Amino acid sequence: MIRLALTIAAKDLRAELRSRTALVTALAFAALVLVLFEFARDPTRLTAALLAPSAVWITGTFAATLTLGRAFSTEQDHHAMDGLLLAPVPREAIFIGKWLGALAFALAIDVLIVPLAVLFFNLRMTAEALAGIALVLVLAKVGFTAVGTVFSALVAKLRSKELLLPLLVLPFLVPPLIGGVQATARLLDGQPLSDVSGWLRLLLAYDLVFVVGGLLVFPRLLDE
Amino acid sequence: MSNLEQARALVKRGQVMTVIAVTAIALCAVRALLFTPVERFQGPAQKIFYLHVPAAWSAFLAFGLVGIVSGLYLWLDDRRLDLFAEASAETGTILTAIVLITGPIWGKPIWGAWWVWDARLTSTLFLFFIFIGYHSLRAAVHDPQDRARFSAVLGILGAMLIPFIHLTVYLFRTQHPMPVVARPEGPTLPGVMLLTLLLSLGAFTLLYLGWTTLRYGIGRVREAREELHDATA
Repeated sequence: MIRLALTIAAKDLRAELRSRTALVTALAFAALVLVLFEFARDPTRLTAALLAPSAVWITGTFAATLTLGRAFSTEQDHHAMDGLLLAPVPREAIFIGKWLGALAFALAIDVLIVPLAVLFFNLRMTAEALAGIALVLVLAKVGFTAVGTVFSALVAKLRSKELLLPLLVLPFLVPPLIGGVQATARLLDGQPLSDVSGWLRLLLAYDLVFVVGGLLVFPRLLDE
Repeated sequence: MSNLEQARALVKRGQVMTVIAVTAIALCAVRALLFTPVERFQGPAQKIFYLHVPAAWSAFLAFGLVGIVSGLYLWLDDRRLDLFAEASAETGTILTAIVLITGPIWGKPIWGAWWVWDARLTSTLFLFFIFIGYHSLRAAVHDPQDRARFSAVLGILGAMLIPFIHLTVYLFRTQHPMPVVARPEGPTLPGVMLLTLLLSLGAFTLLYLGWTTLRYGIGRVREAREELHDATA
């Protein structure tokens, strides 16, 4: 099943890399929002370093939210979804494949945002802090993209999906966002990873609950 | 008795329960204002406690039942479970709105601020957001079976999310008073106040049941009419 899931994820990523429209658009969007954060700050009252964790997390998660819908909306063209459903593939494999694709996409955005934030906000980033932040970003995106994949499948056929998807998904952003910002701010401050282990455990629990939850409810979404 | 008559009987029952509940809530308010002692530290402002806490209890009851019934729906595929979840979610939205309105009114004199980012407040706010999303989703899906399945998925995931938000914000910061009733050592609330609270809790639970029965009955009437329409067409 894992192999089937990887095939689906690879198919999505390959399609994405060939057209590059969504990835380039999402990266440009993320860079722009990061710049807007700088201008939405009063430099005499709020230092760039204080704003940086919020900017990184809001930008990364919003850009990821924008791209979440693509996982299933692209399958609506030319009835590609019907082909996927007719294939002898368990529904769980479709979920895992789509989720891994969305996760790769979200992390690709983060890979751009973090160096840009270091550049724009003049952050002093040690290798240790960077490794910690990378871990936190991965942990936060695992659960969030799992929920996002479920909702992406749910709204795919609806006419108002562009509005509905953020409305449904954003509440689910609260735990990873709080944990992520808290951990990032501490790590940037030079605290060791062990100081944020509480937040890491919380993110891990969130991932576990929503990946398993997604696996359980997702097959029922595709019933015809 | 036909489906339609059954559904109409449900609506009637819901109406009767609602009238009793509203009367009981009015009586509880009288008891709280006139026959329950004023709290020593908070003064008269604490009186809203007898409205705020029961409303919150029934809002979370409504939400919990939406989650449980959504799970049962995905398992059993019974249309009536979907109609009940819809009814409970609608009632829950109103009750959550009552909590979110009475909370700041109590918070202003006691905390000195209309709003604080405390765990219980935040999870109630997100309860409200999820209910709004739930109704928007239902409105956006036309096929009844898709609507039932989609909203059941949201109901379950939402029920999993709220405890998480609560825990996260609790770790983040909290400002709510410590529990005075549901605590391991037994309630610390004086007997007279506890009785008023319990009466009010009962009245609000009845209000939840009345509204939900009423709304569920309306859903059943609508469905029975559609069936009749399809049968004659």
